[in-house]
Parts: sequence; structure tokens; C-alpha cells
Amino acid sequence: MSAIVVENLTKQFPDEPQPAVDQASFEVDDGAFVVLLGPSGCGKTTLLKMINRLYEPTSGRILVGDVDARSLPVTDLRRRIGYAIQQTGLFPHMRIEQNIAVVPQLLGWEKPRIDARIDMLLDLVNLPRSYRKRYPRQLSGGEQQRVGLARALAADPAIMLMDEPFGAIDAITRTRLQDELLNIQHKLRKTIMFVTHDVEEALRLADKIIIMRTGTIVQYDTPLNIVMQPRDRFVQQLVGTEDMLRRLSLITVSDALAAQTPGELTPALGSRGSTELATISPDADLRSALSQLLRGDNAALAVVDQQGATLGQITFADMHAAVADRAVGA
Amino acid sequence: MANLLAGFRYLINNSGSVLSLFGEHLRMAAIALAIALAIALPLGWLLARVTWLRGPVLGVLGVIYTIPSLSLFVLLIPVLGLGLRTAIVALVAYAQVVLVRNILIGLVSIDPAISEAARGMGMNGWQRFSRVEFPLALPLILAGTRVATLSIIGIGTVAAFINGGGLGRLLFDGVATGNRGKIVAGSIAITMLALGANVILRFFERRAALAVRGEEQAASS
Repeated sequence: MSAIVVENLTKQFPDEPQPAVDQASFEVDDGAFVVLLGPSGCGKTTLLKMINRLYEPTSGRILVGDVDARSLPVTDLRRRIGYAIQQTGLFPHMRIEQNIAVVPQLLGWEKPRIDARIDMLLDLVNLPRSYRKRYPRQLSGGEQQRVGLARALAADPAIMLMDEPFGAIDAITRTRLQDELLNIQHKLRKTIMFVTHDVEEALRLADKIIIMRTGTIVQYDTPLNIVMQPRDRFVQQLVGTEDMLRRLSLITVSDALAAQTPGELTPALGSRGSTELATISPDADLRSALSQLLRGDNAALAVVDQQGATLGQITFADMHAAVADRAVGA
Repeated sequence: MANLLAGFRYLINNSGSVLSLFGEHLRMAAIALAIALAIALPLGWLLARVTWLRGPVLGVLGVIYTIPSLSLFVLLIPVLGLGLRTAIVALVAYAQVVLVRNILIGLVSIDPAISEAARGMGMNGWQRFSRVEFPLALPLILAGTRVATLSIIGIGTVAAFINGGGLGRLLFDGVATGNRGKIVAGSIAITMLALGANVILRFFERRAALAVRGEEQAASS
């Protein structure tokens, strides 16, 4: 089922020569994490803000959970969609608990329910419950963004819109927040639309990426397909598809294992090495596998799953085949 | 020095009548301030949203402010007659420019990310105003209110000239009868009123500023 359907969506701001968003059409599956990626001014934020009607479309249609977004009172629509933004937009005069409680209160939840929800959300975003009584300015930037996330999740919306939420945060904290967002997403299975201009972030987070340029959608596909089969030069350059390490990082060890031709397995294993093969998890990506391979003495890694079962071995040739193979289709 | 002593002597000997004039003045200022705020708040809110209205409205209010107070009171007499009502209309008109300008600045200086978050979360116009915009604009609104209050108290002395009552009576009567003690007593009483109002409004202003910054409320303890 599609959680969001966008049909021929166009936004023409007055006094501007070109539409900010031009005839965009796409569907977002229920529970999918879709990243809108593009250079600044490409219309990705405008597109996002039309979904909760912070901008009204000039033409076209948006279905949110099979309901036309324009058929709902705008405040009802927005209360059903979580919204997190770059500068967090936390209300400085409200305590953390009041900030998180905003939408549940607007929806008329009972106080005990709101209270329980606040505790649950603080746990979810890894903030101590003692933060309830604090004010936003007493928190670090990363902590504020966690509160922003908790606030967006407060009324348990099926859909979340996130506008460069980690854009203003230092690199280390950003990576940690990305990991936590992925964890949260695995638990909650929200439908997320996430705007960024950071390619690494897009590739890490997305189930699918919408690449935009001057108001139009250039390509809508999985990170791997975009890297392996970029639609045109623009996508190639934007995503850096020639970067082999980037390709490796999008393919898992088990993918590569599955691509092996039976029979040519296990040639001259451990011939150079004196010790046992180093092991790697099938869920790891090939980039870490390569790194591990280069670190050790052996020409292969043993693929061992969490139960300790050996699934096979992976060599440099497999990695080469994995990135080269797929490039053929481009 | 002798004048000052005469002033205090007058205050002590006529404490009853001075107190009742003090009450009149306070009441006049309070009514004028309440009406002025009731007009300025929606007007400031409107200007925060309708950009092109700002210039013309603030221009007109500024012009009113520059009319000398005595002239404005006198100008209003043919329309509204003598008395307290006329005085209050004039005071309300004077207070507008300070109030409206501060309310406007308070509302438009809110971080756009905060306003956008409030909209994006599904607050309607009134909820945004009452829960977010007003509390965040409050320090500037209160600063404007304090300045407006002090002008109202000061200019309010002229009300006595058109039978509006208040502490101005001491001044005008004192001048008319050559009673220096009475003039000084009136000045002292007005100064006390203004200083008192300043202290009280300052307190609320600081408190609001703390609340906006989200500090542990030193003011509430």
C-alpha cells in the first residue's frame, strides 16, 4: 500500500520564472524511508512542505493514506503527520515535556496518557527522563534534535516529514543520530520523507532516494540502483557513482556471497596466511569487508553468521565482481 | 530646598485630598492603558501579518505622537467636550505608537523556525498566538507597555486642564494660586506614581524575559 501518493505536483511561487516543483509524481510505500536528495534550490524542501501543506500546491494532487490532503482541515492533516526541522524549532519557553506534549494536547489526549508517552519517547530517543523538566537551551544541539524527533513522534503519526534534521549538527553526533534514527525506524516502521543535500546521509538512511534537480525528479530508486545505474551525468556527479568504495558500501557480504558462481569457490585458501581466516558477518557491507581483508594476511574472509555457522568465504575477486557486475547494466 | 519642604508640608497637611487625586490619576492611567492595549494588541498582530500596512499605520501613529499634548487635548474638546473621557481618548492615542511598534517587533522577531514548527505541528492561528507567539513576544510587549505607561502618567497631568482630574490639578491650581508647595507636592506625587509603575512593570518584564530564554525561573521562586 502507498502511504503517500503524489500526482503531477507543481508549485509556482509568484514572481519566479520557473516552478519550484514541476509536475512531480511518485508513490511512497507504507513504512518506507524515502530521502529527497538534491542541490540547494532544487525544490526538495518545497516538495516536502507541500505534503503537510505548509505550501499549497499550484496544481496536482497529494494522497496521504488514501485521503486527498486538501479534503482535510489543514490543522487535522498536520497533526497526523510528524514534522521535524533543521533548527529543531523547539519552543524555548516550554519545558522538554511541554514541547513533546504539544500535538497530543492539540489532539485532546488525557494527561496520564501524555505522561506515559513522554517517558516512552525519551527512552526511545535515548534521553534521560530527568530531562522532562529542563528547557531546550539547557540541552546540547544533538540533544535538542532528539527532543525534536521525540516531539515529531509524539502522537504516533504514521508519516514523518523531516527537513534536514541533522544538517546543523557536528559530524560525529550526526552519524550517531542517523544510527539511532535507523534503529527507531526498524522498531516503529514509520513512513518517512527526509530531505537532505548530504549524499552520504541519503545513502545511509534511505530505502529509496528521490533525486531532484531544478524542480523535477531525475531518478527515484534504491541507493544501490542509483549508484550502479545513474540516470544521467547529473546523478553520476551528485552521487559520485564512480566512487567504488561508495558502491562497495551499498552491497552486503551476503549479496556478494549469493552472486558467487558455484564451483569456483575456495581456491587456494589461506595459502598466504599462516592463521585461520578472519571472519565477517553476512550483514556487513563490502566496504568494511575490504577494509578487513586489507588489514589481515589472508586473501579471503570467512563469512560467519550470528549463530556461528560458516556461510562461505569471500575474496577480493568477489568484491571486484560485485561492483563491476552491476556496473555492466548501466 | 525651601520649595521642597513646602511641598512635603503640603503633602502632609492635605494627605487626604492628594491621595484621592493620586487615586484618580492611577485610575485614569489604568483605564487608558487597558484600552490602549486592547487596540494595540490586535493592531500589532495585524501588522505582523500584513506587511504593507506597517508603513502607513506606524506613520499615522507617529504623527499623533508628535502633536504636543496640550494641543491634542484642546483639539479634542470640540469633538468630545471637556472631562475625563476626552483625556482618556488622548492618552490612548498617544500610547499607540509605542505599544504597536513593540508588539510588532516582538512578534516579527520570533525565530522563523519556531513559527514554522508551530504551524507544521497543526496549531491553528489562535493557538500559535496564545501558546507560542505571545509568550515569546511578551518581553518586548511589556517593555513597550512600561514606556507607554510612563508617558500616560506624565501626559495625564495635562488632563486636569480639561477637567479630567488627577494629580495635574495640584499643578494647575498651584500655578493659578501661586502656591509653590502645591506645585511641588503635585510633582512629587506624580514622580512617585511613575517610579512605582516603573518598578512593578520592570519586574514583570524581567520575569517574561527569563521565561522566554527558558531559564530556571528565578523569578517564580
